[in-house]
Amino acid sequence: MPSLKDLKIRIDSIKSTRKITKAMQMVAAAKLRRAQDAAEQARPYTERFNAVMGALAASVGDSDSAPLLLRGTGKSDVHLLVVLTAERGLCGGFNSNIVKKARVDIARLKAEGKTVKILTVGKKGREQLKRDNADLFVGHVDLSDVKKLGYANAQDIARDILGRFDAGEFDVATIYYAQFQSVISQIPTAQQIIPAAFDAPEEGAEASTLYDYEPDEEAILADLLPRGVATQIFAALLENGASEQGARMSAMDNATRNAGDMIDRLTIEYNRSRQAVITNELIEIISGAEAL
Amino acid sequence: MADAMQFDLVSPERRLASLEATSVRVPGMAGDMTVMAGHAPTITTLRPGVLVVEGTSGTQEYVVTGGFAEIGAGLTVLAEKALPREDVTQAEFDAMVADARAAHASAKETFVNEPGPVDDAAKLLADMVAVGDHIGLSPSN
Repeated sequence: MPSLKDLKIRIDSIKSTRKITKAMQMVAAAKLRRAQDAAEQARPYTERFNAVMGALAASVGDSDSAPLLLRGTGKSDVHLLVVLTAERGLCGGFNSNIVKKARVDIARLKAEGKTVKILTVGKKGREQLKRDNADLFVGHVDLSDVKKLGYANAQDIARDILGRFDAGEFDVATIYYAQFQSVISQIPTAQQIIPAAFDAPEEGAEASTLYDYEPDEEAILADLLPRGVATQIFAALLENGASEQGARMSAMDNATRNAGDMIDRLTIEYNRSRQAVITNELIEIISGAEAL
Repeated sequence: MADAMQFDLVSPERRLASLEATSVRVPGMAGDMTVMAGHAPTITTLRPGVLVVEGTSGTQEYVVTGGFAEIGAGLTVLAEKALPREDVTQAEFDAMVADARAAHASAKETFVNEPGPVDDAAKLLADMVAVGDHIGLSPSN
């Protein structure tokens, strides 16, 4: 049975923990608003880009002259998994969920006899994947010094990936990130970026516009495909940013509530034992007086 | 007065402009072109240059470093990086030129026997410097 003093110390320490989690929750809420804003701002670009790419890809089709980035290398022996996670923890299952999804795919690809390579962005994903797949790592991108995520960051990552593709290091690249649904729900998602998979333009209105291309379709496609990779990574990074803050917010909200419950429980225990001590003292006094 | 068309300028990070424009001069890869309402549907890539927008409420200029333009019912410019002309500082411009220089240098290293990519990078650099002439800045180094 803990003494009164021990209980008091525990209550105080949980109280300060609660203050910290409460503060973290509020910081995450503010950051979430900003991250959502950034994702919102980027949406028009991504949407237009994908629409144009879809139309272009459809018109060039699967011809042999189509760029490798669109057509693929014709094989799918070597897979590169680009796992995007957060730089920091304390955000519930956010990092683990992404890593779990990647792990399932690693196991599946291995079972199919494919070669798997891993490139991580974000410290947490690397730590978790290093445990059982250290031999598959080909690189890591550190974003811990980045204050505000910009398109330039996505371009750097894209350049790294494209360089590896040009060097023939892999056939298929997939990015893993969490899609932001709401504060309580972030969906781990895998998205293939090389060879590029664009939504085909909808039948009807979109397809009826016949564009002139300047210089020509293939030159434009060759110019745009690398940008498409960067755009997709940028969109994924922004989604991830919003998801991370959302996950942290709900995790910290839970932690704050838990701390409150714990304080209530301990306070009851504290009061009970305080009363027990008083009762004990009274019994001693009364029985002492009776003995006289 | 000429008809107006919808003009959008978006970069990956934000939407810079969305307005009614009467004519827009676009720095296309194969040369400048002026887009007015009713232009044939076209998709073109951009070179570094200045985008001149004649809106219903005056003229605005933007410096773009590349990207592409889609002319359909309206004009949508998807720029890699775009800034209003008055926001381009010397430091900003130096950074752009430095980027182009670095790209040129790395292209020279990587493609020793292929003139194609090296020429492309050289053109990019020249275009970038030309942008500076246009807006009254010159690379400081």
